[in-house]
Amino acid sequence: MVNFGFTINKSTRIDYDQASKDVSRYVIAHEPSALLCIGCGCCTATCSAGQFTPFNLRRIQLQVHRGELARLEQETEKCMLCGKCQMVCPRGVNTRHLVMTIHKAMTLYNRGELKDL
Amino acid sequence: MFRERFSYAPFVWPFVIGLIFFLCFFVAAIVRVFKELPQSDKIKFGKSLFTKQTLVSIKEIFMECLLHRRIFQRDPLLGFMHMSIAFGWFMIIVLGHIEVKLYCPNHLNLPYFPIFFRYFVKQTDSTLGGAIFFFLMDFFLLMVLIGIGIAIYKRINSRIVGMRRTTRLKIYDWLALYSLWSIFPLRLLAESFTSSISGGSFLTRGFGLLFDSFVSNSVHVVPTWWAYSTALGVFFIAMPFSRYMHILTEPFLILLRNAGIRTVRHGQGYALTETFACSRCGICLDPCQMVLPGRMDKKATVYFISNLRYNHMETAREMAEMCMQCGRCVAACPVGIDSCRLKLSVKTDNQMGQGDTYLQYLNPASDALPAEIQPVVRQMPEKPDVVYFAGCMSHLTPAIPRAMQTLFKAAGIRYRYLDENGSVCCGRPLMLAGQEEAARQLIAKNTELIVKSGAQTLVTSCPICYRVFTEEYKLPIRVVHHTVFIRDLIAAGKLSTEPVQERVTYHDPCDLGRGSGIYEAPREILKDMAVLQRAYEEKDQALCCGGSLGSNLMPYETRRKIAADAFNRLTFRNPDVLVTACPLCKKTFQDVADRPVLDIAQYVATHLRAQKADAAPVEETPYRAAV
Ligand code: SF4
Ligand code: SF4
Ligand code: SF4
Ligand code: SF4
Repeated sequence: MVNFGFTINKSTRIDYDQASKDVSRYVIAHEPSALLCIGCGCCTATCSAGQFTPFNLRRIQLQVHRGELARLEQETEKCMLCGKCQMVCPRGVNTRHLVMTIHKAMTLYNRGELKDL
Repeated sequence: MFRERFSYAPFVWPFVIGLIFFLCFFVAAIVRVFKELPQSDKIKFGKSLFTKQTLVSIKEIFMECLLHRRIFQRDPLLGFMHMSIAFGWFMIIVLGHIEVKLYCPNHLNLPYFPIFFRYFVKQTDSTLGGAIFFFLMDFFLLMVLIGIGIAIYKRINSRIVGMRRTTRLKIYDWLALYSLWSIFPLRLLAESFTSSISGGSFLTRGFGLLFDSFVSNSVHVVPTWWAYSTALGVFFIAMPFSRYMHILTEPFLILLRNAGIRTVRHGQGYALTETFACSRCGICLDPCQMVLPGRMDKKATVYFISNLRYNHMETAREMAEMCMQCGRCVAACPVGIDSCRLKLSVKTDNQMGQGDTYLQYLNPASDALPAEIQPVVRQMPEKPDVVYFAGCMSHLTPAIPRAMQTLFKAAGIRYRYLDENGSVCCGRPLMLAGQEEAARQLIAKNTELIVKSGAQTLVTSCPICYRVFTEEYKLPIRVVHHTVFIRDLIAAGKLSTEPVQERVTYHDPCDLGRGSGIYEAPREILKDMAVLQRAYEEKDQALCCGGSLGSNLMPYETRRKIAADAFNRLTFRNPDVLVTACPLCKKTFQDVADRPVLDIAQYVATHLRAQKADAAPVEETPYRAAV
């Protein structure tokens, strides 16, 4: 193919009929404060792990609720649970437990053990 | 003088059956605990036997299990209640056995014989020796009865013994409780009815005469002894399943603890002993801020331990995840149960990563971390005196590291700020979340960085870091928290402060005070600078700020409630400033504060005496703006 120096972006359209809501439901059931997030990104800005890796809690939350679940289990394993994000979150989201819950949900999901809630 | 009337009666059976059942259970439990102890702990225990340590343990057993000294210190009436029941009962048993040895030396001493001695042996109370025995037995019986009286009243109104609330009990506890309450009144009845035959003293004789005036005593002798024996039997059978198992477990726990044995895993060995040694006294309810102001009454340690004991693991786990690990309940527990450690061992069951993928970027093979961190380390040309680790939380309160840098410069110390551009976390938050394996990776990484710096002293501003540095890191260099470091600099004349016309109250951070035992250093600094006002709850009683990373589950609203309540209690003497020594406490309190909350480093840095001309120039500390 001729290289024109640009490519066509992959579609970022999310098909909510296809996307799995299971992880999102599990997370909200086990850490209800997930619903309070306004996506401000303070957690990501202060994140200790974010200095070394592209780890991004704001985006992870978004992906959970959108059902974009690829690689999320490994992503959450970058968090050091240091708690900085929890101290800066303007909405009082229990972020440390949120990360742990997402990880748990993803482990179950990847093993196919996530029960429909 | 005395005459043995009988040596057996059928009413001894309920007691004997109960006793045999109980002893079998107890021996089996001890064997199980020993089997489950790790090999190294078994050796520790063996070595601790028949040493000076044993004497210390025996003294502790006497002071705590019988006299209940720690409960006395908390509330004299509550202490008296526990002491009179335990010590009185103990003395009755001991005196009973002495009586048997003295009066029937040749008698085959079956276990029931001293218990029902008054029924079996007719004795005279008119000789001096006899009278003294009768008097002592009655005296200690009275003591137990008074204790039981207080206990019954405590169930109705717990405030008289200084407790806002008492524990809710399980069915076996009720069974044991009622049988315990009835044992001694029944003994009094039985001995009173028998007193005209076998003798008695002021109590039994007195009641005997009183009853005699309206009932025929001889008819009631055998039934009351039956009732007494049955109450004992029921108590012994209910005991292994009830909280009263603590009576015999506690001495055993003291022996193990003084041998240096600690909890390894819940439900095994030492941890199992701790679970059984909890008397569910409920003393840990009032100090717990989850109970008040958190309004999560059911999350208190006493219920955690009981859930653990009855194997309700899911509930226990949830409670462990809610607890802030502040240690107030541990400091208050008269049995000395390290419930925080128990809770951590429960949390450890839920490991997130398998170890290979978790925190993978720390692995030098993946290039992410070292590239970022290395420059900081490489910037260290000469050997610094001190390596400074501010900690994650201090990065949220930049005034603290800034103040520390001012102090380093003022004191002329060559330092390196290890995490100036950020670093990995110290690992304690992961440990507190039960993620021990991942924490070990951070510990290894940080150890490497710290050792590489070549400094001889590690100074940290964060008590959370300090605790894990001292407890888990095996660092070859000295580790100090900045409170101690600043105190030493002032004492050595390297820093001097000017007097401040202010009233300050100091708040002890959990991990620095109860966690690491540093109470005096900050107070010494502040006493010399300003008017130090004591907080009502300080040192090992100090409150938790509510920001604790120990809790995984606690919602923000509860944290805020706890913080506001703690702040009010801390400032009830109306100080001008609240000084603390932890970035997390500072940040948490600032949310709810109506006056400045400063870290001790900031406080010292702002009130440094003007330096001599030759000293290093002091950097202006713009902390006011950052407050
Ligand atoms: S700081 Fe809180 S509200 Fe903002 S994105 Fe993070 S979790 Fe959501
Ligand atoms: S707890 Fe995890 S997500 Fe939050 S700041 Fe620390 S490393 Fe980042
Ligand atoms: S943990 Fe200690 S203070 Fe709490 S109920 Fe048990 S024995 Fe009492
Ligand atoms: S450690 Fe603190 S929060 Fe946890 S149970 Fe004890 S007193 Fe309550």
